[in-house]
Amino acid sequence: MDFNFSEEQSMLRDTVASFLQDKYDFEKRQKLIKSESGWSAEIWESFANELGILGAPFSEELGGLGGGAIENMIVMEEFGKALVVEPYLGTVVIGGGFLKHSGYAGAADLIGGIIEGKVTIAFGYAEPQARYNWADVKTTAKKEGDGYVLNGHKAVVIGAPWASHLIVTARTSGGQRDEDGISVFIVEKGAKGIVTRDYPTVDGQRASEVYLENVTVPASALIGEEGKGLPLVNKVLDEAAAAACAEAVGAMRKMHEQTLDYARQRKQFGTAIANFQVLQHRMVDMFMNVEQSVSMTYMATLKLDESDAERAKAVSAAKVQIGKACKFVGQNAIQIHGGMGMTEELAVGHYFKRATMIEGLYGSVDHHLRRYETLSFGKAA
Amino acid sequence: MNLDFSPEDLAFRDEVRAFVAENYPDALRAKSSDGEDLSKEDFLSWHKILARKGWVAPSWPKEWGGCRWTSTQKYLFGEEMARADAIPVLPFGVAMVAPVIYTFGTQEQKDRYLPKIYNGEEWWCQGYSEPGAGSDLASLKTKAERITGDDGKEYYIVNGQKTWTTLAQHADWGFFLVRTNPEAKIQEGISFLLIDMKTPGITVRPIITIDGGHEVNEVWLENVKVPVENRVFEENKGWTCAKFLLAHERSGIAGVARSKRGVERVREMASAEFGDDGDNLLKDADFKRKVAELEIDLTALEYTELRVLASESAGKGPGPESSLLKIKGTEIQQRLTELALEAAGHYASPYFRGFPADGDNMHPIGPDSAHRTAPNYFNTRKTSIYGGSNEIQRNIIAKMVLGL
Repeated sequence: MDFNFSEEQSMLRDTVASFLQDKYDFEKRQKLIKSESGWSAEIWESFANELGILGAPFSEELGGLGGGAIENMIVMEEFGKALVVEPYLGTVVIGGGFLKHSGYAGAADLIGGIIEGKVTIAFGYAEPQARYNWADVKTTAKKEGDGYVLNGHKAVVIGAPWASHLIVTARTSGGQRDEDGISVFIVEKGAKGIVTRDYPTVDGQRASEVYLENVTVPASALIGEEGKGLPLVNKVLDEAAAAACAEAVGAMRKMHEQTLDYARQRKQFGTAIANFQVLQHRMVDMFMNVEQSVSMTYMATLKLDESDAERAKAVSAAKVQIGKACKFVGQNAIQIHGGMGMTEELAVGHYFKRATMIEGLYGSVDHHLRRYETLSFGKAA
Repeated sequence: MNLDFSPEDLAFRDEVRAFVAENYPDALRAKSSDGEDLSKEDFLSWHKILARKGWVAPSWPKEWGGCRWTSTQKYLFGEEMARADAIPVLPFGVAMVAPVIYTFGTQEQKDRYLPKIYNGEEWWCQGYSEPGAGSDLASLKTKAERITGDDGKEYYIVNGQKTWTTLAQHADWGFFLVRTNPEAKIQEGISFLLIDMKTPGITVRPIITIDGGHEVNEVWLENVKVPVENRVFEENKGWTCAKFLLAHERSGIAGVARSKRGVERVREMASAEFGDDGDNLLKDADFKRKVAELEIDLTALEYTELRVLASESAGKGPGPESSLLKIKGTEIQQRLTELALEAAGHYASPYFRGFPADGDNMHPIGPDSAHRTAPNYFNTRKTSIYGGSNEIQRNIIAKMVLGL
């Protein structure tokens, strides 16, 4: 057992952290998310070519840095600290995950594109009726000639406005909630028949409702085996959930730090409010929540390559811990900041909003508790 | 970073597992599974077996019998002990006073005390708390005045009262915090004394706790004559030893491995009990939810402890982060006893200690698993109070970690 980071991993963290400190402070980030596009293609370009981090989890043969899930964790934690909106999660973790795990024929080219910053990916898995059931897919893919025709509506596709490619789930057979019959497709976003309605999200990202209206794709758009896509989706979304846990850890560390700073300088009743024991204990409980979340993020990240059941159980356990901690740390950060915490002006509220969205991202606390229970106690009778 | 065990680690685990299987006394196993009180001999029998094997004090310096185990080996050892439901080695000698002696003591003190602690020849108790000094330990009043005896030697005459002294009824020796300078600031006038419990003037009186057990005692000291060479470290510097002791060996305090066994036991109990709908209690959605949340919290604690162990073995000593382990570990221990009590249902209630007079295992009413659940629940309330209450632990984190 070893909980130390390698020298390369520590360097990766330092590189990302110092770049973000320099180029992505809170004011710049606020300007960015209010801009028309809502992200910075220039920053993305720097991630690719100056830092090389878009290749962090890819093998050296593919042009990457030869890392894996731990590298994703490191990058995402630093992104969480700076509230980075650029689509590493969608592109590198999720897009890269699908391409790495599926034996997809075009993977090497697309991964090359990701590493160079030319390919950006958004994943449409949610549907308006489906909540957190990834098997609930109404979108259809009908075989036609050598290819498929896609029809359906994908909900809240994070990062879609910035994406060059979309990955979507669609049903090639079976009923609406069947686990069998789900297939995964990759399609250029400009393809004919893709209609999007783009909008900002409450936490400063951009997303789209994606409508697929008779989108014709070739057979080569199919990722993995036809009708057998769900296990792949589960694996990739578990990797994404672990990465989101790391992002949440970064955001929670910042909220805790900002709360301590604020409590030290805010004076009431003639003294800094940090001197009040009731607030000290609250801040200790926040600290414990953060540390327990760090532990769970490590645990889940290190178990991503275990069997499906082990991986899922580990990720669900982590997501439960992180979801609860996001709520506790976030709410108390605002509470201890008092009225100032309610303002748009202070960064803490923006971390709170991101942390709150991560609570529900890839499944809420209740969803993951239920999944954990099923894995730990067997299916309900 | 990885979670793999090396082949050496796995071989070590197997060695520990085999040793426990072969050497753990059957009589002890039967007593603990029946929930019987353990005698002094019971505690010492396992201690002595581990001592002969060389495993009773793994964290001590090598020259005194320590094992120089890696943090992974310590983890595996703890796991195996819990897995076998082996009784723990009592901390008062091995984990509390011994590190103070080998860190601050004279060569004579080390030679005199450490081997007997190691071999289980002398039983120790802790004289810290007083009726008026609980969480505010430094306000202790037991005083020690220095005199020259008729024999021309220097002594302390100790007067005062200690309380919550665990298993003092069996103790040969006690380590005591006493006030040697009443004029100084409260933390600066304290000394750390080793006192022979057979010295005239010491009276040990039982305190019966809400679970009906006798673990803790009052210890009264009336003109107790203690040779000056029984003081560890400098006069009036006892607080340094006290603080060191509180921070030492805290990683085990989380009790993760034992709580994991506790979860298994709760699950076993709940699979043998019925819910309101006649189905197995472990399938009851509400009960299951509580077990699942507990398991997840325990996993978070386990990995936090592993991180703390890893940073300790990287050369950083145990820090105030161990307060986190104490808080979360004891909360989980308490929640486990709540769940067991809940699972037992009606049969949590029968209580036979002292009825008629021969222990509480003579009248097996209801399932075996049920009949200690209520006393265990009551007894385990102590864990968030002792060893620095969980509120004090939060104060420590606030001050030492968060810098508030």
